[in-house]
Amino acid sequence: MAYQWDFSPVLANAPLLAEGLLNTLKITGTALVFGVVLGLGLALLRLSPRRFLSWPAGFVIEVFRTTPPLVQLFWFFFALPILVGIEMTPFVAGAVTFSIQSASFFAEVFRAGIQSIERGQWDGARAIGMRHDQAMRRIILPQAVKRMIPAFMERAIELMKTTTLIATISYADLLFAANEVSQKTFRPLETYTVVALIYFVVIFLASQVARLVELRLARSGESTVH
Amino acid sequence: MTILKVTGLTKRFGATDVLRGIDLEVARGERIAILGASGSGKSTLLRCLNFMERPGGGTIALDGEVLGREGRTAERIYRESELIQVRQRVGMVFQQFNLFPHMTAIGNVMEGLRTVRGMAKPEAEARARKELARVGLAEKADTYPAHLSGGQKQRVAIARALAMDPEMLLFDEPTSALDPELVGEVLAVILALAEEGRTMLLVTHELGFAYHVATRIIFLADGAIHEQGTPDEVLKNPKKERTRAFLASHKQFSF
Repeated sequence: MAYQWDFSPVLANAPLLAEGLLNTLKITGTALVFGVVLGLGLALLRLSPRRFLSWPAGFVIEVFRTTPPLVQLFWFFFALPILVGIEMTPFVAGAVTFSIQSASFFAEVFRAGIQSIERGQWDGARAIGMRHDQAMRRIILPQAVKRMIPAFMERAIELMKTTTLIATISYADLLFAANEVSQKTFRPLETYTVVALIYFVVIFLASQVARLVELRLARSGESTVH
Repeated sequence: MTILKVTGLTKRFGATDVLRGIDLEVARGERIAILGASGSGKSTLLRCLNFMERPGGGTIALDGEVLGREGRTAERIYRESELIQVRQRVGMVFQQFNLFPHMTAIGNVMEGLRTVRGMAKPEAEARARKELARVGLAEKADTYPAHLSGGQKQRVAIARALAMDPEMLLFDEPTSALDPELVGEVLAVILALAEEGRTMLLVTHELGFAYHVATRIIFLADGAIHEQGTPDEVLKNPKKERTRAFLASHKQFSF
């Protein structure tokens, strides 16, 4: 019994999928930007020698790394309104969830990157009179970030796939659109195949760009690989 | 005139006493070579002088001013801002150079001027070029450390330290990480600085160089000053048995 593939009903709904893709990129981009910034903040706090700073940061990181993102999303979207009366649109709830969730992963990437820089770099910076924050900003972070690019890319891809969960709270992302299209066309196989392909293309292109950036950094002689 | 006065300096790492009460007075223009077997505490002593390591006990006075204030323990309490001032006045050159790999040679030299001193870019650049020229690397200004030889890296590191106008320079085994054929160019730069009358403390294994450049030799053993004196006294006529044994073990020792 051979399945008769027919993609035409799916392609007829291309605008719906395009809109879904746009929304997916929107939520991913938002969570990425806030996730990276927040992640750096969490990493710096966690690395602090002061326990009243490092412990809470460590707590947030561990909680968000060890609980399922779907549970986190439901918590922000359904529990917060009931508990403290904070109501959020699906987009905001998703942005908040995925920002903090990815931040906790980015924080660990940042921390590993920062700690991978040799002690001698701190020595060199301190010996010319730099403060800790100056050394971090000017000497340590620029080198750490370069080493972090592959891990960083990995997290960004993971994040884009995680955002599909936002369909469960009725935000019209790509997966939500796919669901709609498949119900409309009775062609779930074709629909989800197309959607998988879209994810593949977007993520593949993004990782190619990251590879180019990496190559460029290596070629300019700024590579930290000795 | 005394620039640096160290009194009863101690330092321990875990259960090990690395420095056991060092007394040392450095006069302006003096050049002191610190010798000793590995583990004798010579690098730790140097690193305490610009507070890369916090001294465990004792005091350090710069220009007659005792640094830090007394705490409840033997360890004095130092404000970070105070130490940052000290580190600008006491420059340091490391065995492993510790250049910033993401910056060019001139970027490395400018960094302290720009970030720490807040100097404007054109001024900082001019100053950095002057320092690079002094160490003979004017033409390598735009080269990244990865493309410099070990000797060139160390000369950039020296230029980076000099750019901060330090009153005193600390050299922590500046040639130990270099291939033998590159040692000479670095020593030549240090010698030129010596001839300018700069105050410097130098931890080294180059005994011949120490003999020529130093005004005083300190031999460290077990975290204490075992013997000190002029190069002739310590290197040619050592009084103590351990000094003699140390010198004998350095086969390249020659005048």
